[in-house]
Amino acid sequence: MAAHLKKRVYEEFTKVVQQQQEEIATKKLRLTKPSKSAALHIDLCKATSPADALQYLLQFARKPVEAESVEGVVRILLEHYYKLSPFEIFQANFPSLSLESHQVLAQLLDTLLAIGTKLPENQAIQMRLVDVACKHLTDTSHGVRNKCLQLLGNLGSLEKSVTKDAEGLAARDVQKIIGDYFSDQDPRVRTAAIKAMLQLHERGLKLHQTIYNQACKLLSDDYEQVRSAAVQLIWVVSQLYPESIVPIPSSNEEIRLVDDAFGKICHMVSDGSWVVRVQAAKLLGSMEQVSSHFLEQTLDKKLMSDLRRKRTAHERAKELYSSGEFSSGRKWGDDAPKEEVDTGAVNLIESGACGAFVHGLEDEMYEVRIAAVEALCMLAQSSPSFAEKCLDFLVDMFNDEIEEVRLQSIHTMRKISNNITLREDQLDTVLAVLEDSSRDIREALHELLCCTNVSTKEGIHLALVELLKNLTKYPTDRDSIWKCLKFLGSRHPTLVLPLVPELLSTHPFFDTAEPDMDDPAYIAVLVLIFNAAKTCPTMPALFSDHTFRHYAYLRDSLSHLVPALRLPGRKLVSSAVSPSIISQEDPSQQFLQQSLERVYSLQHLDPQGAQELLEFTIRDLQRLGELQSELAGVADFSATYLRCQLLLIKALQEKLWNVAAPLYLKQSDLASAAAKQIMEETYKMEFMYSGVENKQVVIIHHMRLQAKALQLIVTARTTRGLDPLFGMCEKFLQEVDFFQRYFIADLPHLQDSFVDKLLDLMPRLMTSKPAEVVKILQTMLRQSAFLHLPLPEQIHKASATIIEPAGESDNPLRFTSGLVVALDVDATLEHVQDPQNTVKVQVCRVLYPDGQAQMIHPKPADFRNPGPGRHRLITQVYLSHTAWTEACQVEVRLLLAYNSSARIPKCPWMEGGEVSPQVETNIEGTIPFSKPVKVYIMPKPARR
Amino acid sequence: MPEIRVTPLGAGQDVGRSCILVSIAGKNVMLDCGMHMGFNDDRRFPDFSYITQNGRLTDFLDCVIISHFHLDHCGALPYFSEMVGYDGPIYMTHPTQAICPILLEDYRKIAVDKKGEANFFTSQMIKDCMKKVVAVHLHQTVQVDDELEIKAYYAGHVLGAAMFQIKVGSESVVYTGDYNMTPDRHLGAAWIDKCRPNLLITESTYATTIRDSKRCRERDFLKKVHETVERGGKVLIPVFALGRAQELCILLETFWERMNLKVPIYFSTGLTEKANHYYKLFIPWTNQKIRKTFVQRNMFEFKHIKAFDRAFADNPGPMVSGGIAALNHPPVVFATPGMLHAGQSLQIFRKWAGNEKNMVIMPGYCVQGTVGHKILSGQRKLEMEGRQVLEVKMQVEYMSFSAHADAKGIMQLVGQAEPESVLLVHGEAKKMEFLKQKIEQELRVSCYMPANGETVTLPTSPSIPVGISLGLLKREMAQGLLPEAKKPRLLHGTLIMKDSNFRLVSSEQALKELGLAEHQLRFTCRVHLHDTRKEQEMALRVYSHLKSVLKDHCVQHLPDGSVTVESILIQAAAPSEDPGTKVLLVSWTYQDEELGSFLTSLLKKGRQLTQPPPLPSPSWTEPGLHVSTVGALSEQTLQVPSLGTETMCHVPTQAAVSS
Repeated sequence: MAAHLKKRVYEEFTKVVQQQQEEIATKKLRLTKPSKSAALHIDLCKATSPADALQYLLQFARKPVEAESVEGVVRILLEHYYKLSPFEIFQANFPSLSLESHQVLAQLLDTLLAIGTKLPENQAIQMRLVDVACKHLTDTSHGVRNKCLQLLGNLGSLEKSVTKDAEGLAARDVQKIIGDYFSDQDPRVRTAAIKAMLQLHERGLKLHQTIYNQACKLLSDDYEQVRSAAVQLIWVVSQLYPESIVPIPSSNEEIRLVDDAFGKICHMVSDGSWVVRVQAAKLLGSMEQVSSHFLEQTLDKKLMSDLRRKRTAHERAKELYSSGEFSSGRKWGDDAPKEEVDTGAVNLIESGACGAFVHGLEDEMYEVRIAAVEALCMLAQSSPSFAEKCLDFLVDMFNDEIEEVRLQSIHTMRKISNNITLREDQLDTVLAVLEDSSRDIREALHELLCCTNVSTKEGIHLALVELLKNLTKYPTDRDSIWKCLKFLGSRHPTLVLPLVPELLSTHPFFDTAEPDMDDPAYIAVLVLIFNAAKTCPTMPALFSDHTFRHYAYLRDSLSHLVPALRLPGRKLVSSAVSPSIISQEDPSQQFLQQSLERVYSLQHLDPQGAQELLEFTIRDLQRLGELQSELAGVADFSATYLRCQLLLIKALQEKLWNVAAPLYLKQSDLASAAAKQIMEETYKMEFMYSGVENKQVVIIHHMRLQAKALQLIVTARTTRGLDPLFGMCEKFLQEVDFFQRYFIADLPHLQDSFVDKLLDLMPRLMTSKPAEVVKILQTMLRQSAFLHLPLPEQIHKASATIIEPAGESDNPLRFTSGLVVALDVDATLEHVQDPQNTVKVQVCRVLYPDGQAQMIHPKPADFRNPGPGRHRLITQVYLSHTAWTEACQVEVRLLLAYNSSARIPKCPWMEGGEVSPQVETNIEGTIPFSKPVKVYIMPKPARR
Repeated sequence: MPEIRVTPLGAGQDVGRSCILVSIAGKNVMLDCGMHMGFNDDRRFPDFSYITQNGRLTDFLDCVIISHFHLDHCGALPYFSEMVGYDGPIYMTHPTQAICPILLEDYRKIAVDKKGEANFFTSQMIKDCMKKVVAVHLHQTVQVDDELEIKAYYAGHVLGAAMFQIKVGSESVVYTGDYNMTPDRHLGAAWIDKCRPNLLITESTYATTIRDSKRCRERDFLKKVHETVERGGKVLIPVFALGRAQELCILLETFWERMNLKVPIYFSTGLTEKANHYYKLFIPWTNQKIRKTFVQRNMFEFKHIKAFDRAFADNPGPMVSGGIAALNHPPVVFATPGMLHAGQSLQIFRKWAGNEKNMVIMPGYCVQGTVGHKILSGQRKLEMEGRQVLEVKMQVEYMSFSAHADAKGIMQLVGQAEPESVLLVHGEAKKMEFLKQKIEQELRVSCYMPANGETVTLPTSPSIPVGISLGLLKREMAQGLLPEAKKPRLLHGTLIMKDSNFRLVSSEQALKELGLAEHQLRFTCRVHLHDTRKEQEMALRVYSHLKSVLKDHCVQHLPDGSVTVESILIQAAAPSEDPGTKVLLVSWTYQDEELGSFLTSLLKKGRQLTQPPPLPSPSWTEPGLHVSTVGALSEQTLQVPSLGTETMCHVPTQAAVSS
């Protein structure tokens, strides 16, 4: 019982340690009501020594605590804790260390560990703790030894201590001590020892190379957790000393340590425990320094049948391919073994790397297979020759029984596609997967085909045929297939060229029937051809008349799929696009620059002229964005900024400023609306564009500050009484203060701006009355200069399109009221940074006809990432409502949630907690960024 | 000398008729009880008269273990238990217990009804035999009697196949049965823990083969079927009723599902149907994928595979995909038997052979003489019974789907279990030879391959458990500096053998228990030194020398001129005859033996230090050892040949006792 109580007390101390920051705030709120907690408080105040206090606490722990005083008690305990230094506690507790049971001892060591980790700078304590740990290492209980090792791993160091009293202890070689426990009799302790060693490494201590041999012995341990940890340790050592040389046992040869380690980890891929296998397979991927010879061995498996050498199916396929005969042999004995094998030379258990991936990819647990595929991917990315070799195996994985594995291997293939060229037989296998019933698989495969290299024109033809088959089988894949063909065409113009007559079914002498323009398959073929024609000027000569017509039509209707072509004899098209494709970008870029520069002369113009200039420029930019998709982001971004400026100017032009306030209550609508809109626009600028840098953030915040000033002035004008104004003023000044703190580095760039002037007058503003402040602000707003917005290099506007529901259905979705109906939502998101993250959550919003809105946070698993900068959201939205008399539409749209505190750089003073940063941070808001889709629903009353 | 004896009655250097007798620590176990497919006479069953000529087998066998339901592993069971006579327990796993009688009944029908054999076991015998079966779970330790215990491990191969560990005391044997180290579409891979048996009896069907990845085979198979079906042809897949049939069904079923294909697949009714029922029930014995998804849908509840109606085969003409029309033209059919030698598969084959669009896929090996073997070897014109000639126009494919471990897999399993020795069965002698050589070379494990009736005897060194008192253990543990797991450590104690159990106790307790008085043992030793100095002076020198060398020990110079190191006494004396020689008397008790012998050797070496000018010739005399015992024994002087001999029992024990 006593032991149990004591444990509780210790536990309380542990908890206390973790709440260090709360002390100040809680001090003010002490309970005055005489309660049990108060009694405790008095008790503790009376205590003269830590031991006394401990006694009181023990007594206290025995009594029951009523619910309402719990808070107080905790507070007092907290408070008291800070009076004691941890060291005192440590000393107070320490005498009991040798007396307690093993469990208590282990628990106590845990506490010490917590204390130690909280006081990283206190060397003396750390040394003492390490000493204690060493002392108890010989304990008979595994739990105690475990904790000791954990303590050593977390606190032990190799550096000489500066403090005097620790001198004797500093000499301890923590690594040696921990290393001794690698051969402990208890597997849990062995594991803890390895973990402690890894912990040392994590804390930046350099492990000795001697550990390597010890760790290697542990690979044959009986217990899986030991082996698993040992694999990690070997990996760590191999990363530390990749180039050092180790001898091969039972021979005179020597190899690099990283190669040796690679071989050993490869061997663990065929371990008995799947946990170890997963671990080993995962780590293999990150061993990039391994020499290529060893790497290629991992895919090597010598086949044998009745002691005769046999070729693998992969080798046979390759041979068939190179001999020009493309078919898999249909005879029995096709795979008949050829040469005799020298019995002496066959090695059944190859040491090291041989066939590690062959085994890993055939493992019975899909976790291992996935890990192996991932590792394969990582290694192939760093070694092109390996990529070429592992292709056969990856292709094989496309037929795995578990979809996740298939998907993973398709993604892997896409990632390494730069290094590889698919052979025809491989392509055949890859394309067979196009018939898969899973949409994810098919789309992943389309992505893969977008970036693969095909070697022959037959390959292209095969791909096209299979894609068209896919199209007829799954018509919903239309967009994805078209896009895939677009890339396929533009990557292989020379291979497409000989296919053109066949694909367009043109005949040298006869006119053929004009194909149906609405046929998706025909469009698919055209997309392939037109994209190939872009870099192949001879191709258009093969087109027939109607092809040109179709081109003009498609160029207009599917401009994102069909590129601009230089077509001979087509006046309309050729004149429009005749300047070469490369130089085309420059003028528009120039135009953008020019129009922006023009704007910067703004302040020299009279207000009327400035407004007009801005309006023109905004119009220009918008049009430019529409025309040039590459510049859309930049153009939009700048246009938004200019619109803010325009709104600001307009608002300041209002007549209301000249007249006495109360009379113009109504007209102020425009100004306050402008302020509100500017705020909204600035949030959009800040959060809806990816690639926004700090430079821009300053400007955006500056604009927002101006908007806030405007708001303040308008409020001052339109409201009576000073009370609300006081608060507003204070808030505003606080925000200015924040602005200054956050962007102190950028302030020099803001010469002559609103903020610049504001900060000059800051001392005066702080002391003056609200009315005066408003007056100053007003003049300053008028005088402040327009800030140039430096354009970021890469900027993209986040956008979303809801693919499903399409919103065209006339059939309402019927369901019983009060129950839920699941609505499948499928949307693509572009240029959204970490959609799963809480910082920017996509929110589905459902707006019911009665104005009721419902927000839904999709699960992180609902987001897929098919390519860089793109995300796919496939989720279900649950709708429910009370009964309606007739079907009605609800709106579904995607919103971007933002949290303004996330963007602001963390400043060191914030940790100090002097000023509560409540004002700026935690403004949660949402920006709609997709078109709403209407869904027809009909909740029926429940039948009784 | 304790030993393990193994005698294969069948499957010794042979495939088929698996039956292995094992005697381990006085227990006799029979592993498998199979029949041979190659024979139709007495040779088809193992020769049980080897075990006993007369009398019931029950007296000679402690238990029978059946590894899986294949007939070459369980075919002789009713004959053995009912006709020869055995009433002891028969152990097998639950799926084996369920499926085994179906196969036995089928076997009986063919033998009795078709071939008209007399004196064969009856249906009732099969039932009676199955009543003697005790079913076991995976990893369940079954206590056959007080000493003998068995434990099943997963083996892959077929549903319910298991490897068995047979253990008596500390001796154990592992029998693998047939097993597969690579997972397939419906079963996982064999697995065993590091049980370190004395003997591992493993199958070696593919001792000389290293197989390619199964993925290529599967892909080829699916591609061929798919292409033929798309072309409008029909596919016949002759299979054995159990095992591979289910794997291929799953393979095709999932492929159909994945590719959204609509054309129907049929399997011939009868055995397969019954077996599928059991496959549905024993989900825990299948692979990861099926186990994970069976909650949503049991993979053996086939959506696309339907039972076959004989009438379907007669419909000629090309296949029309989709719609009701497809039902009339079965495109893919699984039919038994696998070698096309009789039955439904042959019937269908004869109907379809004429069309070059059709295809037959042989998924396994075919015995010579069967139709299957003929068409595989390229024969295009077959003579059927009745002088009929059948022209084979359909395509013939061969696909090997085998569920045995290959050479690498066998090595892998041996590596996993870490046995002391390996015994190969269930394979051809020539192939075994190769594997045996490899195992001995690469794993450095002795390997045997007895023929049928040949006995292999393995000497074992069973460990004998000795109880130790906790007090003694703790005391001895405390003396050690660092824990050194798995390394033998010296422990001082007294071994008491009483009532056929062994105990290790401290010497004090042993004395108490045996009622003996303690004797003290003291060694004395003379060291002759050539020194002209006086005794006192010399003692002082020895003292200062020892003091400087033995820093950790307490060295004292007593007033009477003697020096003590801990409890060891050193006295200097001058023998009367030679004034130049002094004698150092060293005396220590038995307990200080280590320090004492160290000290004498030190004193011997220390001569150079105590004697500044080196002498031309050493004048040491061999130290005479005198053991004096005090107590009940009369005083006597013993000549002990060398130092360090101990009269008490020195028991090296492993310090691996968990506390």
